[in-house]
Amino acid sequence: MKGATTMTATTHKPPLSTHAKIERNVTILGVLAFLAVTVGGIVEIAPLFWIDNTIEKVKGMRPYTPLEQAGRDIYIREGCYVCHSQMIRPFRDEVERYGHYSLAAESMYDHPFQWGSKRTGPDLARVGGRYSDEWHVQHLADPRSVVPESVMPMYAFLKDRDLKAGEGGTMIGEIRALATTGVPYSPAQIAQADADLKAQAGQGDATELAKRWPKAQPRDFDGQPDRLTEMDALVAYLQVLGTMVDVNAAAAQEDLARETGR
Amino acid sequence: MVTLTGRAGIWLVVLFLAILAVAAAADTGFAVHMTIVALAAAIGLFVTLSRTDYAALARGALHAPDASRYDDDPIRWGVIATVFWGMAGFAAGLFIALQLAYPVLNLGFEYTTFGRLRPLHTSAVIFAFGGNALIATSFYVVQRTCRARLAFPGLARFVFWGYQLFIVLAATGYLLGITQGKEYAEPEWYVDLWLTVVWVAYLAVFVGTLVKRTEPHIYVANWFYLSFILTVAMLHLVNNVNLPVSLLGSRSIAVWAGVQGALIQWWYGHNAVGFFLTAGFLAMMYYFVPKQAERPIYSYRLSIIHFWALIFLYIWAGPHHLHYTALPDWAQTLGMVFSVMLWMPSWGGMINGLMTLNGAWDKVRTDPIIRMFVMSLAFYGMSTFEGPMMSVKTVNALSHYTDWTIGHVHSGALGWNGMVTFATLYYLVPRLWNRQRLYSLRMVNWHFWLATTGIVFYAAAMWVAGITQGLMWREYGADGYLVNSFAETVAALHPMYLLRAFGGLLYLAGAVVMTVNVWKTIAGSPLRREAPMTDTPYDAAQDRPLVPAVAAE
Repeated sequence: MKGATTMTATTHKPPLSTHAKIERNVTILGVLAFLAVTVGGIVEIAPLFWIDNTIEKVKGMRPYTPLEQAGRDIYIREGCYVCHSQMIRPFRDEVERYGHYSLAAESMYDHPFQWGSKRTGPDLARVGGRYSDEWHVQHLADPRSVVPESVMPMYAFLKDRDLKAGEGGTMIGEIRALATTGVPYSPAQIAQADADLKAQAGQGDATELAKRWPKAQPRDFDGQPDRLTEMDALVAYLQVLGTMVDVNAAAAQEDLARETGR
Repeated sequence: MVTLTGRAGIWLVVLFLAILAVAAAADTGFAVHMTIVALAAAIGLFVTLSRTDYAALARGALHAPDASRYDDDPIRWGVIATVFWGMAGFAAGLFIALQLAYPVLNLGFEYTTFGRLRPLHTSAVIFAFGGNALIATSFYVVQRTCRARLAFPGLARFVFWGYQLFIVLAATGYLLGITQGKEYAEPEWYVDLWLTVVWVAYLAVFVGTLVKRTEPHIYVANWFYLSFILTVAMLHLVNNVNLPVSLLGSRSIAVWAGVQGALIQWWYGHNAVGFFLTAGFLAMMYYFVPKQAERPIYSYRLSIIHFWALIFLYIWAGPHHLHYTALPDWAQTLGMVFSVMLWMPSWGGMINGLMTLNGAWDKVRTDPIIRMFVMSLAFYGMSTFEGPMMSVKTVNALSHYTDWTIGHVHSGALGWNGMVTFATLYYLVPRLWNRQRLYSLRMVNWHFWLATTGIVFYAAAMWVAGITQGLMWREYGADGYLVNSFAETVAALHPMYLLRAFGGLLYLAGAVVMTVNVWKTIAGSPLRREAPMTDTPYDAAQDRPLVPAVAAE
C-alpha cells in the first residue's frame, strides 16, 4: 500500500503541469496564442478565393458606371447600410417581398460589400426599377410624405448639393483604383469616367456614353435637368440595384439549378 | 537637451506636414482631419516646450521618476477618459434610440442623421469607452502582476494620447461622412494606419513589461490581454487592406469585395466582440474580481482550458453573421457548429469568476462593487448562451436582420462590458488617487439598480420587437399572401422603441451617478454622509433581561 502511494507520487504529475513552461515564457505564450487564433480564419476564408463555385457564373454582371459608383459612395457616406440590407435570403416570404434571392455574383464588384446586418428599413438588393425616379426623390427628401410609418431620416440636402465627383478627374482616380483592386473596367471606361458620369445624368454626349456603357440608363434622375446633384447619383445607383442579372430568365434558372455544393 | 530638441523637432515636422496636407487636401473632410492633426501637433509642441524644467536641464540632472512606485499617470488619465467617452457614447445611444421612435429628431441636417450618428455611438462605446478601459486596466494589471514598472514609459504616454487622437479622428469622420462602410471598421485608411502605429506601441509596452517582470509566472489576466492585443492587430490589418484613391484624400477602395469581403468583415466583426469585448474584459475580470472579493481565482486548471479553448474557437464563429446569405453553405455550417461549441469555454470564464466568490457570497449583500461584478458575470453568461442559440440557422432565420440582434448585443455590452468596467473603475479610483474610499457607496448601489433596471427594459423591449418583426415579415394569410407590408412592421415597433429608449435613459442616469461619485472621489470631497450599506441591527429597548411581570392585583 505504501509502495503504491510513492509510485503515484513519483510518476504522475498533476494534469496541465506542463503549462507552467508556457506561462513562464512570453515568447512561447505569444506565439502559441497567435497560432491558435489564425487557424479558423485560414480554414474559412482562404478557400473562398479559389473554390470555383463560390461565385456563380451568371450573365449580365457589369461594373457600376461612374455615376452609379458616385451614388454608391453617397450610399456609404450616409450610412444607409446600418438600416438597409442588400441580401435577400432564400425564404418564401423574402423572395415574394423583395424578389429572387441574392447571388454572390451580384456583389462581386462591390468594394466593399453592402449586405448589411439589420432591416430597420426594407431590403434594397432589388429595389432598382421598382419605383419611379420621382418617387425616390420625394421619398429621400421627405420619407413620411410617401410612407407615413417610415422612421427614415430626411435627405433633402442631397437635392441642393452639386455632385463633386466627376470634377477635375476625381472619378477617373476612383475608377482606376477600383480597376486596380480587380474590377474589370476597360482603359477607355477609366479615361472617360468624368465625362461619362455627366453624360449619364443627361449633361453630355449620350451616344459616346452608349459606346462604353451600352446598358447604362442615361437621364436626369432628380427632376432638375439643369443641375447635376448628389440626388442624381444616389437615385441612379438605387435604380440599378439588382437589375443587372436577369435571375428569372430561363437560362439563369437552369444554371442555378445545376449549382451544387455551395 | 538632445531629447528636448528631438521631440520639439518631431512636433514641428508633424505640424508642418499637417498644414501642407490641409492646403493640398483633395476633399474638405481630409482638410478638417489634417487641421485636427495640426492642432494636436501644436499642443504637443507647446506642452513639450512649456513643461520642460530648463533649470534642471542646464544642471544636467533631470528629476528621475520614483522607481519604488508603479507608473500610474497614464492609468489615471485612462480612467478619466473611460468615464468621459462612456458618457458621450451612452448619450449618443439614447439620442439615436429616440430618433428611431421620433424620426423628426434627425433634424434635417446631414451631420445629425441616424446613418452618421449610429457609427458614432458604436465606436464611442466599443472603442473609446471599452478601449480606454482596456488600455488603462492592462497597464495597471500588468505592473501589479509582474511586480515591475511599465516598460517604455514615454511610449505608454504616446499610446494613451495617440489612442485619443484616433478616437477624435474617427468620431469627427463619421459626422463628416468619412467612412469605409463596414460596421465597426468605419474609419478610413489614414486613421487605420494611425491606429496601427498606436497598437504596435501598445504591444511593445505590454510585452516589454511582461519581459521585465520579477514574478516567475505570467498571471492569467495577462494571457487574455496579450491574446486580445495580438488578435485585434491581426483582425485590424487584414480587414482594412484598402487602396487610397488619393494620398491627400479621405476616400479609399476596399481591396476585398463581395462574398470574400463579407466573410473577412464578419470574421473581423465577430472577433472584435470575441477579443476586444470578451478576452480583454475577461482579463479585467481575472484581476479585479479576486482582488475585490479577497479570494483567489476558483480554478487554475479551468482558466488554462477555457483560455485556449476560447481563443481557438472564437475565431471560427464569424460566418454566423451571414446565415442564408450568398456565403457558401459549408462556411455557414462551420460557423454555426463552432459558435455552439463556443458556449462551453465562455461559461468556463463565467464559472471561474462566479465561483471565486465561494466563501465570500455574503459580500454580494454588503459590497455593491462585488454585486456589480456578479451581475456583469451573470449577463456575460446569459449573452454567451443567447449568442450560440441565435447562431443556430433555424433560430437565425427568424432573428437575423431584426432588433433581437440589437437586444443581444446590448445585454452583452451594457450588462457584461459596462458593469464590469464600472465595478473596476470603482475599485481603481480610490487607489489611484490615494483616497480612503469612494465618495459614496450608496451611490454605487443606485448606479447598480439604475443600470440593471435599464438593461432589463432594453433587452426585454428588443426581444419583443425582434420576434414581432421576424414573425410579421413571414406571416401569411389564409389566402396565401403576405399579411404585412414592411411599413406596417415598422409602425408595430414604435412602443418597443419607446421602452428601449426608457431603458437607455435609466442606464445613462446610472452613469451620471457614477460620474458624480468618481468626480467627488478624485476631487477629495469629504465622504458623503450616508447610512452604511450594512447595519447590524441593534435595538436598545430589546437589549434587556427578561423580568417576570408582576401580576396585576
